[in-house]
Amino acid sequence: MGGSGSRLSKELLAEYQDLTFLTKQEILLANCWLLLHPLHPSGSSRASPSTVPGTQAHRRFCELLPQEHRSTEESLHTRVSLEQILSLPELKANPFKERICRVFSTSPARDSLSFEDFLDLLSVFSDTATPDLKSHYAFRIFDFDDDGTLNREDLSQLVNCLTGPGEDTQLSASEMKQLIDNILEESDIDRDGTINLSEFQHVISRSPDFASSFKIVL
Amino acid sequence: MAQPLPFVLNVPEIPEDHDREPSPYDESEVHDSFHQLIQEQSQCVAEEGLELRQRGLGAAAPGTSGSGRQALVGPEDAAAYSTATLRILASMPSRTIGRSRGAIISQYYNRTVRLRRRVSRPQLGGVGRSARPSLRLYDLELDPAALEEEEKRSLLVKELQSLTVAQRGHMLKGMPLGLAEKRSLREESRTLTGKPRERRGRRGLFPCCGWLRDTCVLALHGLGLWLLAGLHGLKPWRYALKRIGGQFGSSVLSYFLFLKTLLAFNALLLLPLLAFVVGVQAAFPPPASPGPVPAFTGLELLTGGGRLTHTVMYYGYYSNSTLNPPCVPAPDGGQCGRETDGLPYNMPLAYLFTVGGAFFITCITLVYSMSHSFGESYRVGSTSGVHAITVFCSWDHKVTQRRASRLQHDNIRTHLKELLAEGQLRQGPRSVCGRLRQVAVLGLVWLLCLAITLGCTVAVYAFSELMIQSPVSAEQGGALLALPVVVCLLNLGAPYLYRGLAALERHDSPVLQVYVAVCRNLILKMVILGILCYHWLGRRVGALRDQCWENFVGQELYRLMVLDFIFILLDTLFGELVWRLISERKLKRKEKPEFDIAGNVLELIYGQTLTWLGVLFAPLLPAVQIIKLVFLFYIKKTSLMANCQAPRRPWLASHMSTVFISLLCFPSFLGAAVFLCYAVWQVKPSSTCGPFRTLDTMYEAGKVWVRRLEKAGPRVSWLPWVHRYLVENTFPVYLVSALLLAVIYLNIQVVKGQRKVICLLREQISNEGEDKIFLINKLHSVYEKKERSRCCRDVLKSAASHLPSSRFQTPSLLLYCGHQDPRCPLLVTPDLGLRRVTHPVPSFPQPVKI
Repeated sequence: MGGSGSRLSKELLAEYQDLTFLTKQEILLANCWLLLHPLHPSGSSRASPSTVPGTQAHRRFCELLPQEHRSTEESLHTRVSLEQILSLPELKANPFKERICRVFSTSPARDSLSFEDFLDLLSVFSDTATPDLKSHYAFRIFDFDDDGTLNREDLSQLVNCLTGPGEDTQLSASEMKQLIDNILEESDIDRDGTINLSEFQHVISRSPDFASSFKIVL
Repeated sequence: MAQPLPFVLNVPEIPEDHDREPSPYDESEVHDSFHQLIQEQSQCVAEEGLELRQRGLGAAAPGTSGSGRQALVGPEDAAAYSTATLRILASMPSRTIGRSRGAIISQYYNRTVRLRRRVSRPQLGGVGRSARPSLRLYDLELDPAALEEEEKRSLLVKELQSLTVAQRGHMLKGMPLGLAEKRSLREESRTLTGKPRERRGRRGLFPCCGWLRDTCVLALHGLGLWLLAGLHGLKPWRYALKRIGGQFGSSVLSYFLFLKTLLAFNALLLLPLLAFVVGVQAAFPPPASPGPVPAFTGLELLTGGGRLTHTVMYYGYYSNSTLNPPCVPAPDGGQCGRETDGLPYNMPLAYLFTVGGAFFITCITLVYSMSHSFGESYRVGSTSGVHAITVFCSWDHKVTQRRASRLQHDNIRTHLKELLAEGQLRQGPRSVCGRLRQVAVLGLVWLLCLAITLGCTVAVYAFSELMIQSPVSAEQGGALLALPVVVCLLNLGAPYLYRGLAALERHDSPVLQVYVAVCRNLILKMVILGILCYHWLGRRVGALRDQCWENFVGQELYRLMVLDFIFILLDTLFGELVWRLISERKLKRKEKPEFDIAGNVLELIYGQTLTWLGVLFAPLLPAVQIIKLVFLFYIKKTSLMANCQAPRRPWLASHMSTVFISLLCFPSFLGAAVFLCYAVWQVKPSSTCGPFRTLDTMYEAGKVWVRRLEKAGPRVSWLPWVHRYLVENTFPVYLVSALLLAVIYLNIQVVKGQRKVICLLREQISNEGEDKIFLINKLHSVYEKKERSRCCRDVLKSAASHLPSSRFQTPSLLLYCGHQDPRCPLLVTPDLGLRRVTHPVPSFPQPVKI
C-alpha cells in the first residue's frame, strides 16, 4: 500500500480486483472520480470523469491532476459527503440514491462514502456481480427502516419511490393497500406479514430482467 | 397464615421458578374476576399457568380447563406483542440476515462448508468440533454480543482456509460485506493458512507440489483477469450503449445489443470465407475474361452489376481448377500436373466446404446462444407473482437522465395501475356480446392482414414473371432495380397497414399485441422471400441458360440488401424525423414518437436472412452486411436520440430478445439453409462460370473428390468409408435426431421434476411459517405470564415488605397497582386475596395505608 502519486499502487489495485467484481479500468476510473471530487467541492458533473468517453482519457485526466498534498493513501481515507455522491450523473436520476448511499456507507453516521465504499457500490452494480449479491443489496436498499425485513411501510415507500416523488403521482390509498396485499400474497410464503431476504430472493430469481436492470454503468 | 413469609423470601432467589412457589394465601376461594382477567389478557393459557388460579379453582371455574387450544395470532396483531417478544422476533435469523453482519457471516460460513464438502477435501480433522455447522449457529443472534460474532468470524476464516485459492477468492468476492471486512477476512485466512499448509506439505510426498500448483493457479487467475480487462477495453460502443441505456432503458438497448450480436454472426461467417475462398482466389486471380471491362459509373454500388460482376464479389469469378502456388503455367499452354510438389488447392472443394463449414459454425453458435437465452429468460414459475416482480425488479438503474427517469416513473405507475385494474377486471365477468364482438373484430383484422399478405405475394410474383418476360440487359442497370424496389416498397408499406388495422382490435395484454404484430410482419416477409427464392431457383435458372445465373442471384440479393438499407434510412427519416416535426409543430404534442423495437428488429432479421441466402452466390455479402450494420447503428442511434422516446409499454427485454434470437434461428437461418441445400444438391450450376461449371450439381464436387481419394491409396481410405456410411447412409441422420429428441424429452422431464420440487418446498415453507406463528404465540404467552407474575410478585413483595415482619396485622391493607402497570390491575385485599380492579378505583376506606 502507499506509494505517492495520484495513482493506486499495483498491489492495492490487484487487491481491489481480487475482492470486487470490477476491472482495472473501472477501479482507476472510480479512483479518478474520487480524486477529482474533493478538489471540486461543488461536485459539478462537468468535472466528473464519467461524462468523458473512453477510459484512456480518464487516466490521462488523472495524471494531469495537481499532486500537491494528495497522496493515494490519503485519498483512500477521505470521505466524500452524501451530496457529492448524489450529484454523480450515474445516480442523479435514481430515486433510490439516498438509500444506496446509506446502505454502502461505513461511516457511523451513514452520511459519507469512502473510496472503498464507493468501490463496493460499483462492484455490486457491475456487470459481473453474482445475482445473489445483487439481490442481497437490493433487499437492503428496499428495506427503508433497516429492520431486516420488508414490512408494509417499506413496501409503500418503495412503491412511492417507483411511481414518482410528487403527491399527484402517487397511488391512492386504496390502490396502495391492494397492491401491497397482492405483493404480500405473492411473495410472503411463510405468512408472517413481512418479506424476509429469502422470500425476496425467491421473487427476484423468477425475474430474468433483474440482473440486467440492477446495473450502473460507470 | 404463616405461608406468606417463605414466598417473600423466595422471590429474589429463584425468580423464574414460580410454579413451585407456595401459594401466598391459604383461602380456598379465589375471586372469579381474576380468571376473567386471565382469559381476557392472555392469548393462550397453558396448563402450567399461574398457580394463583390453580388453587381450588377446579370446581369454581370450569371454563378455563379447555385452555390448551391455540389461537393463531395474525400478523396484524403483532402490535399486541410485548416488547420482549418483538425483540426476539426481530432477532430471528431469517430477519437478521438482511441486516446484521454476524448473520451474513454465519450464512456464508454455512455456504463455505457446503462448498468445501462438495469439493470433498478431506481436511476436516484439523478443524475443531466447533467448526462444524450446527443448530447452535442459529441461536447466536439471540445474544448479539461481539464475542459471538468474533466466534463466527473465526469459524468462517477456518473454513475459508480449507478452500483453494481460487474458490476462496470467489467466495470472498460474492460476500455481501464491505471491502474492509473482506480484506481483513482474506488477510486472516491467508496468514493462518501458513501452518496447516506446511504440515500438510510435510506429510505429502512432494512438498513443493502444492506450492507450485498454487502459484500456477494464481498466475492463471491473474492472466484471466488481465485478459478479461483487455476484452473489456475492446468492447466496442461501450459508451454509446451506456448513453442509450441511460436515456431509454433496457428495452431500446436490446435492439442495439441484437444489432451487435448480428455483427458478431456476420464476422464469424465472413472470416473463414475471407481466409479460404476470397483471399486465396484474390492471390491467384483467374485469367481475365475476354471483352472490354465496363467503366465504373457509380450505379454499380446500387445494382451490384457492371464493373463489380467479374470480381471476387460473386460466384462467377471463382475458378474451377486447383490453385497451385509453385505451378507456373507451362509456356506451351499445358496444365501443370496434378502431382507437382505441394498440396493442390482445390477451389471447388474449398468453396463448398468453407461455405458449409461457416454455415455449420453459425448454426452451432446460433443454437448455443438461443439455448443460453432461453436459460436466461425462462424461469420455472416466472408467470406467477407479477405484482411483486413489477415492484421489485422494474426500476432500471442504468437510467441516468432526469427526463428518462420521469418517463420511467410514469411507465411504472401506469403499469401498476393497469395491473391493479386488470385484477379487478378479471374478477368481473365480461358480457357475452362484448366477447363475441371482440372475437369478430379479431377475426376480421386477421383476415384483412392475411389478404394484404396474399396481395403482396401475388404482386411480387406477377412482377417477377413480368421481369422474366421482358429481359433487360446487364447494361441497363436502372431497370434491374425495379423488382427490389417493389419488394422493399411492399415491405415498408404493409407494416404500416398492419399497424393501422391493429388499432382496431383491442388486446388484453400489450405483450400479446407485440407478438401479434411480430407474427404478421414475419409472415409477410417470409412469404415474399419464399416467392423470390422460387423465382430465382425455379424460373431464373431456366431463363438464364447461357448466362451465369448464380451471379444474377447474387446481384439480386445484393440489390435487395442495398435497397433495404436505403428504405430503412427513408423510414427513419420520414417515420421518425418528419413525424416528430409534424407532431411537434402542427399537432402541438409534447410526446415524441415511440421507438418501434419489434419492427426494427424484424428489419434486422430480414436483412440477415438476405445475407445468409446470398452467401453462396456472393461470398462477400457478409462484408456488405457488416458495413450496413455499422452504418445502421450510428444512424439509428442519432435518430433515436433526436426523435424518439422509449416505448410506453412494459417490455420484457430478456423474453423479447429470446423471441428474436429464436426467430433468427427458426424461420430465418433454417429457411436460408434449406434454400442453399436445395441449390447445392438439386440445381445444376451454370456451365459458363464459377467453380462448379463442369459438374451436374455443386455437391458432385465432393463426390468427385471422394472418388479421387479412393483411387489415391490406402492411406486415406477411411475418408471414403466415412463418406459412404455416414453421409450417404440415412441411418446416422435418424440416430442423431432420435438422440436429440431424447435429450429434449429428458430436459422437459427435468423441468417437470423441478416444478414438483418447487411446489413441495413451497408447501414446506408455508408449514414452517405456521410453525413459526405457533412458536411466536407460545413465546408471547410465556412472556405475558412472566410479566404478569413478576408484576404481581412485586406487588406482593412490596406489600409484604411493608408489613410488620411477623404477620398481617392491619386488616385494611390495600395495594393498588393497576394504574402504574396495566398488565397487572390487581388488588391485594386485606386477606391477601387478589381482586381485579375495575375503573374507576373502587372506594376502599383507605387507599394505601401502611
